[in-house]
Amino acid sequence: MTDAPFPKVPGGMRMVPRRHPERLVTAGVALLALALLIQLFVTSPRWEWPVVWEYLFSPPILLGVARTIQLTLVAFVLGLALGLIVALMRMSQDPVLRFVAGIFLWFNRAVPVLVTLLFIFFLAALVPEIGFGIPFTGPIFFAVDTNLLISQFTAAVIGLVLIEGAYKAEIIRGGIMSVHVGQTEAAKSLGMTRGLYMRRIILPQAVRVMVPAMGNQFISLFKSTSIVSVIGYSELLTTVQLIYNRTYQTIPLLVVACIWYLSLASLAMYGQRKLEQRFGRGFDADPVPAKSSWARNSWGWVTNWRRA
Amino acid sequence: MSGKPMLLAEHVSKSYGALTVLRDINLRLERSQVLSLVGPSGSGKSTFLRCINSLETIEGGMIWVNGSLVGYKQVGDSYHELTERELATQRATCGMVFQSYNLFPHMTALENIIEAPVHVRKVPRKQAIEEARGLLAAVGLSAKADFYPRQLSGGQQQRVAIARALAMKPELMLFDEPTSALDPQLVGEVLDVMRKLADAGTTMVVVTHELEFAREISDFVAFMDGGVIVEYGAPGQVLVDPLDGRTRAFITRQKSAA
Repeated sequence: MTDAPFPKVPGGMRMVPRRHPERLVTAGVALLALALLIQLFVTSPRWEWPVVWEYLFSPPILLGVARTIQLTLVAFVLGLALGLIVALMRMSQDPVLRFVAGIFLWFNRAVPVLVTLLFIFFLAALVPEIGFGIPFTGPIFFAVDTNLLISQFTAAVIGLVLIEGAYKAEIIRGGIMSVHVGQTEAAKSLGMTRGLYMRRIILPQAVRVMVPAMGNQFISLFKSTSIVSVIGYSELLTTVQLIYNRTYQTIPLLVVACIWYLSLASLAMYGQRKLEQRFGRGFDADPVPAKSSWARNSWGWVTNWRRA
Repeated sequence: MSGKPMLLAEHVSKSYGALTVLRDINLRLERSQVLSLVGPSGSGKSTFLRCINSLETIEGGMIWVNGSLVGYKQVGDSYHELTERELATQRATCGMVFQSYNLFPHMTALENIIEAPVHVRKVPRKQAIEEARGLLAAVGLSAKADFYPRQLSGGQQQRVAIARALAMKPELMLFDEPTSALDPQLVGEVLDVMRKLADAGTTMVVVTHELEFAREISDFVAFMDGGVIVEYGAPGQVLVDPLDGRTRAFITRQKSAA
């Protein structure tokens, strides 16, 4: 038994813990649902499990997975950098920087990702050549055809980074605002400049507040990379769709996609938990969190129902 | 008196919109002297303290700390606002202790103390740690070096905060109601540390409600009310036999509350 020990009472009296007979009912309902689910998964031939296994590690799917991961990581990291810059601009003393950041946020939070992506992909129609020179009048040192510069991948990255940057800027700004003003005053009184106390004092504390929202953002980005299919870039989901459009094995291929999304998202969630522990330093009552004991706890949950 | 005063305030005034919070404050404090600012809440004493290290700006008058003008530098016949870096350097000459401690919660007591010496004064880390251990010993917390602020009592946190401020080797120590947030039984340990500092010749400006303590350690006491210094003088006079009716009323009230 994993329950807290009950205090010994003098005089031979027993301490009786609260009973939870209703937990038998919830457990029963949950077991029934589980049984139905298992029946659905095992008995229906429509799942075509052999097809799932055949495709799960097939080269085109793996390429799709790799592209999904690549796009997610690149867009997340660049978006984080952009978000940090925009957030600091938005909170700057300089009214011009604040205004520019405000316009950026307004535009990128208001326009759908889809529109941004298409816009960037078709940028060539607006700006046929991108070059380097003296603006407005002067000579142009070199110029490249916009269509060559903006591939499907770069268009996807630019579009996602703009949107991610805007959302992350708000998350970062919220995190920074959550740190008590006394921290800034203490840092200032010790002779720290803004750059130094942001880096050493404010951001480390802000990150703790930002991690759950960033985790959400990461997972949602990872899933929404499939939106880049509109500009013809094929990642995991698009690859899956291309295959089942040809073979009509819709359900098993969607299962393949689900398995990959589930495993990769679980990995990201695990990473988030590690980050939360790292940045929770000094905030948790117990600096070293107890080992997760999900299995033990659920066993206790079942066995507890009529312990006397 | 000779030489530069450690603190000199001339005609300092400040207002928030229509509300005047400081009006024509004039003060002078020499090295190794202790000045206490007392008075009811909202009298402007904390605001004045925060003006000394530019946490607040003033609108009229001037403040000098150890001969250098706070917030400005003289260039020819005009005063130029300091750059952020210059301001930071100037702030480091004052150590400040806050009512709510404001320790950095993500750092241990030792890390709190070495943070500014290492990153602002560029002291080698090893030397900074050595000095920090000395300071922790001086405030009686040698055993708590590796504890996070949350694991310390209020009195212990405030003593770490004092050590943190001292680690920058300030010319002047500013205390903003350092014991107001503490449980009564923890006040003594913080006051003891401050008493030791005063005895060691630290120049201090203390905003406090502990009148008995102020009388004991101060060379001068200023009683403030409504943004002005109502009465100024030796503690034995201002806190024991005040001339002004407002001071008298305040002291009577404080005594009956204690």
